Amino acid sequence: MTKVEAIIQNSKLEAVKSALQEAGVEGMTVIEVRGHGRQKGHTEFYRGREYSVDLIPKTKVEVVLPDSMVEKAVHAILSTARTGKIGDGKIFLSKVDDAIRIRNEDRGEGAL
Amino acid sequence: MGKRLIAALVIAFLTPCLGQTAAAQTTVGTSSTSSASDQSVRLARLEQQAADAKSSADNAWMLTSSALVLMMTGPGLALFYGGLVRKKNVLGTMMQSFALMAVVTVLWGLFGFSLSFGSGSSFIGGLHNVFLHRVGATPDPDYSGTIPLQTFMVYQLMFAIITPGLIAGAFAERMKFSAMLVFMILWSVLVYDPMAHMVWGKGGLLNAALGGRFPTLDFAGGTVVHVTSGVSALVCALYLGRRVGYPKEPMPPHSVVLSFIGACLLWVGWFGFNAGSALSAGSLATSAFVATHFAAAAAALGWAGAEWLRNGKPSTLGAISGAVAGLVAITPAAGFVSPMPALLIGLIAGVFCYWMVAKVKAKFGYDDSLDAFGVHGAGGTLGALLTGVFASSAVNPIFKDARGNTLASGVLEGNPHQLLNQMLGVAIAWGLAIVGTLIILKVVDVTIGLRVNEEEEVQGLDLSQHGEEGYYWEASA
Repeated sequence: MTKVEAIIQNSKLEAVKSALQEAGVEGMTVIEVRGHGRQKGHTEFYRGREYSVDLIPKTKVEVVLPDSMVEKAVHAILSTARTGKIGDGKIFLSKVDDAIRIRNEDRGEGAL
Repeated sequence: MGKRLIAALVIAFLTPCLGQTAAAQTTVGTSSTSSASDQSVRLARLEQQAADAKSSADNAWMLTSSALVLMMTGPGLALFYGGLVRKKNVLGTMMQSFALMAVVTVLWGLFGFSLSFGSGSSFIGGLHNVFLHRVGATPDPDYSGTIPLQTFMVYQLMFAIITPGLIAGAFAERMKFSAMLVFMILWSVLVYDPMAHMVWGKGGLLNAALGGRFPTLDFAGGTVVHVTSGVSALVCALYLGRRVGYPKEPMPPHSVVLSFIGACLLWVGWFGFNAGSALSAGSLATSAFVATHFAAAAAALGWAGAEWLRNGKPSTLGAISGAVAGLVAITPAAGFVSPMPALLIGLIAGVFCYWMVAKVKAKFGYDDSLDAFGVHGAGGTLGALLTGVFASSAVNPIFKDARGNTLASGVLEGNPHQLLNQMLGVAIAWGLAIVGTLIILKVVDVTIGLRVNEEEEVQGLDLSQHGEEGYYWEASA
């Protein structure tokens, strides 16, 4: 099993979500996050005082998938989340040891 | 007698919709058979009814204005300031405004009104009206001959509430609630009441309408409200010192949305503040209303425009701050100036206050957290001085010679001396605010202490002072 964590632009959430669903992904967790990579932040002015905002709001989509589905899911995200500009985000893949469904204690891929 | 008859006929014709005038008309029509004394009784009754009608109209406007001015404190100022602080202090800040609505009201009833508006010396009123003694339905012609003194009392109370509330912007996010209460009680008595008496009270040193020694033009409280509160705010900011982390840590407003709603309520409420200060519902109220509105609009453009030029973008916070600055500056002038000077006063105030807040504050490094001095102290001083320049006897013939001829009001009309009186009024307001506030701060500091401790300050006033949170987080909502 693999965990796919995609940090994307807030405005791309709907497109990414639909593409993942079309690719057969059945569940996901979406989190509002803040952070920065190479993208510089912006400045805000409040009564003449300058504030630099370098932690930018982003959306993180988490899905855990059977290994066989990972490339398809990654492709779905890449094809919908990309604008080509700095700030499009990143995808992280990591191995997951086990999964447990709380309702009936199913284990492994059957619990996904 | 003949003149009165004609007058009665004119009134009867001009107001045919009133039931009682139809009766009067019939009376006049059959006057040849009535006795003269009968007619004079009826005419007296008619005059009384006309006076009552004017009194009711004035009273309706003044009660409405009183409610509008209360609305400026809660929710207006509470939202305006509440949005500007960090979210851990939103309730603590709003509570400061609300507490004043309660505390100052009690003080006003017990002795505040008497100290401000009762007969007394040149500097402070007496104790003739303590516990609102003799403050009832009968008007006091020195203040307004057409509204009950009780209406005047409650209207002025709303000013006494908001004025100390403005100071709270300077010590936001770091003052103990208990210290704030004691400070505000003492400040009301030692600074506000004397200043209100000097400018507006009978026998007051600066009273322009009731023959004060140095007549200062202050229609709705440029010196009494804004200079005193703004300058006291600066003293508070300097005495208390900066907030923990200022200016290194970013402390942007947690909700410009709340501030926006607050500022709009302030703008609307200000019509009660300024137009209500005519103390009647006639054309002077209209003039003050219009000047108020024009100044606010021009000031919003001034501040936002200055920002646009400097930072490349006009901000919402800048536009609403500008509007408030313009309203502050026009407060002494409304009721004395016509609309075009009002536009000019507003525009100057918008740019000037932006400069005070964005540049001067940063240069000196004091932490006037919500810019109570930059907006109210600076804008109030500017407005009080410009009132002396632009005041027009055509708008308000306040100065008359012994024979009742109208004299020039402002510098542009040929009364340069007025600017000196305005300066004196401003200087007295500055002096009283500085000395009074310093003494009060020192007394509170050595007795119960002014500031929350550092741990409480980091935790926020909501939790440390009130045991609650403005935005309660609950997972199972």
